[in-house]
Amino acid sequence: MASIGKIARRSFLIGSAAIAGGVAFGAYAVSRPAPNPLDPGKGEAALNPFVLIDQKGITLFAPRAEMGQGVKTSWAALIAEELDVELDQVRVLHGPAAKAYYNSAFMADALPGKGYDTSNFKHSVGEALGHLGKVLNLHGTGGSTSMKDGFKRMRHAGATARETLKQAAADRLGLSRGQLSTAKGAVIAPDGTLIPYTDLAMEAAKLVPVEADLRPSNEWRLIGKSQPRLDMVEKSTGTAEFGIDVRLPGMKFAALRMNPRQGGGMKRFDAAAAAAMPGVEKVIGMGAGVAVVASNTWLAMQAVEAIEVDWGDAPYPPETDQIFARIAEAFDDAPNSVLRDDGDADQLPVGATELTADYQVPYLAHATMEPMNATALLQVGKLTVWCGNQMPTFTRSKCAAEAGLDSEQVDIRTTYLGGGFGRRAEFDYAVFATRAAKALPGVPVQLTWSREEDMRHDMYRPGALARMRGAVKDGSAVLMDGKVAAASPTEQAMKRLADFTPAGPDKVHVEGFFNSPYAIPNYRMAGHISDLQIPVGFWRSVGNSFNAFFVESFIDEMAHAAGTDPLEFRLDLARREWEPAAGVLEAVKEMSGWTGATPDGAGRGVALCYSFGTPVAEVIEVVEENGSIRIAKAWIACDMGQVIDPEIVKAQMFGGMAYGLSAACFGEITFADGAAEQGNFPDYDALRMRTMPKTEVHVLETQAHMGGAGEPGTPPAAPALANALFDLTGKRARRLPLMHEFDLMV
Amino acid sequence: MATTLRINGKSHQVDLPDDVPLLWVLRDEVGLTGTKYGCGVAACGACTVHIDGEAVRSCQVALSDVWGDITTIEGLGTPDAMAAIQQAWVAQQVAQCGYCQSGQIMQAASLLAANPAPSDAEIDEAMQGNLCRCGTYPRIRAAIHAAAKQMQGA
Repeated sequence: MASIGKIARRSFLIGSAAIAGGVAFGAYAVSRPAPNPLDPGKGEAALNPFVLIDQKGITLFAPRAEMGQGVKTSWAALIAEELDVELDQVRVLHGPAAKAYYNSAFMADALPGKGYDTSNFKHSVGEALGHLGKVLNLHGTGGSTSMKDGFKRMRHAGATARETLKQAAADRLGLSRGQLSTAKGAVIAPDGTLIPYTDLAMEAAKLVPVEADLRPSNEWRLIGKSQPRLDMVEKSTGTAEFGIDVRLPGMKFAALRMNPRQGGGMKRFDAAAAAAMPGVEKVIGMGAGVAVVASNTWLAMQAVEAIEVDWGDAPYPPETDQIFARIAEAFDDAPNSVLRDDGDADQLPVGATELTADYQVPYLAHATMEPMNATALLQVGKLTVWCGNQMPTFTRSKCAAEAGLDSEQVDIRTTYLGGGFGRRAEFDYAVFATRAAKALPGVPVQLTWSREEDMRHDMYRPGALARMRGAVKDGSAVLMDGKVAAASPTEQAMKRLADFTPAGPDKVHVEGFFNSPYAIPNYRMAGHISDLQIPVGFWRSVGNSFNAFFVESFIDEMAHAAGTDPLEFRLDLARREWEPAAGVLEAVKEMSGWTGATPDGAGRGVALCYSFGTPVAEVIEVVEENGSIRIAKAWIACDMGQVIDPEIVKAQMFGGMAYGLSAACFGEITFADGAAEQGNFPDYDALRMRTMPKTEVHVLETQAHMGGAGEPGTPPAAPALANALFDLTGKRARRLPLMHEFDLMV
Repeated sequence: MATTLRINGKSHQVDLPDDVPLLWVLRDEVGLTGTKYGCGVAACGACTVHIDGEAVRSCQVALSDVWGDITTIEGLGTPDAMAAIQQAWVAQQVAQCGYCQSGQIMQAASLLAANPAPSDAEIDEAMQGNLCRCGTYPRIRAAIHAAAKQMQGA
């Protein structure tokens, strides 16, 4: 199997490749619908190894980061579906960083348009555009794209491998391929003889791969049915290897301390005291901070705290109020985007009632359970980096640059991720480990951030402001005119990743703001980008995470101003715009037994958000209990079209909601003297067993195009809760987190 | 300064300063990485192990203060021979990212040892200190109930 890495690095393998004792199959280009201006030429089709068979067994490659979303299982199921193997027969590996593992769905979402209005034509253009991901070397996981990306490509990989193995068996038996069938990793001859794939691998390697049509959905064995997750036993026995668990012979453990005023630099440091502490082997200047290498992580953490450091000043206003004043200044500038401008939003329609409201949400940390870490080993002309990461090819090129090597000399080993949520789409932790390893060539160095270091050195979800104006008439919305101001995660991330500043309207900044699936005749939504050097990045559901709170809180205010039940108000607007959005509202209405009335001591709120191709509606019920407010129940309905694994989808929905509710209740990063004031879970808490609502999830499959699952559960959580709190208390929450204004149970 | 620890039924000689937390002894010295570092301040429960059967936060127990036999997730069961609670975790498909689950399982195992049929409220109380950022709580609760049933039936 030593040749796996080499094969994956050769991006344009044609067909299949003989490997030591076996064969690697490529995924063949899907024939695209006719109107396809960007169809890659035949020779360009990425023929990537996703199936590897040798005499020892069958290995499938799922080169998407397993960060809890079950992608290892669902990706493998797509291949296994056509390959005719059972999931318990195969080994599933992540594989190396490789252009061949580009994500074909990343770019498709960059097309202009609201998303839900995508025509079949545009959808196929989007798929083709996705192949630009290959050119841009986008081997990555994010944007809730994995199933959209793999749905056809991986089944083709499986089908091609299956038919080629059948051809090898046919040649051996002197039969035609059509006389053979396959099941459970073996070709079956007409007389019932079984020839295992592993026995055919060498012969198959010599053949020109045979393409095959994909099976119709009524023949699927795995797709649409829940599979036992392939990572579950490891994760229940402490044997799953996360980045922080990598152990190598002679390994040293390092701790990090960077300037808490991010980007502020370091004037000087004195490590005399630290160098004399137990277990300390080396103190390393890291540029804007210091690291200590020791025999034990804890000893390294103690020593790194003992270093005297003189930090530089923050390159942004040092106090939270000043930061939000700066964000508000963006409203005075011309908008970066006005992606929705229907009717005439300037004129108040005759007889309509106008209302306005301003909202504010804080900066948020990702707070993955596994703090940032990576392990690096620098040898002559070679660097190996072990870490959980969402972007292996970018991580590779950034580590290569740090080490002064070519990307080809760097091997990225992607482990399980102890949470990603967008944080591990960054590469800083891998570069820092490389920097530390440079000081100790030949020695593997694991650099682990303390929780405090992790929380104070995040690329935060940006703080954001919204100014909303709307009008209602005859019980419905007739005008919505909104402005959002925030720094741009995309702008900053692109700058970090590729030193590139994208031009034009920033769609991610206003996602969930301009594209709510509501028919409002006069409808204008503008995005204003704030210029602030506080690092911001992709936080689960990104723009939707704040925009859904603004829009869905304000829609609720409009419903009340119109004297219409908030769920019926939305349902009417959605029905006239896009049926699947109305469908998820109908579903939560029925599941929750929504009547619009709640008993004394209880309150209910609803919210809808269309994100990553999936409309999700949530109803939250809060109750007063012993003088505080408990989130008691939740109902979630989503519609992502074809579902690969329903139980995994349900887990992503209630998990995504929990992530959103945690932030809505308790999450905020505030700044004092340029540094984040929160450092650990006692001041950045989340839902726990007692505060997690009892939740019911309903998964619909009416949509024509496949939507994502990992993120869309998050955006409706905050507004549904805020709306429920209004129902209970009569107090409208226009600022998060809610713990400041409501006595929430902890 | 060598200290002898009894971990998962085996003795280990450890040569580290007295104040090193058990968590980092287990992870970086003994090589048992199933026990996780999450916060270092007893606020998340990811580092939960048993000392003489009692669930403790190993990030808060100094090496010199270890008072009894230690059981970690690796000692509870193995992939080939899982404990009943681990089987329940798999059957209920609890884990998402999985990072907190060693601690969740160790906490739940100690709950079930003390209370073979806990109510929802008792589960809430016992599990309150164990954080899961993926929000797997509904399935953790289901797995604890399922394990309780299975262990009583056995």
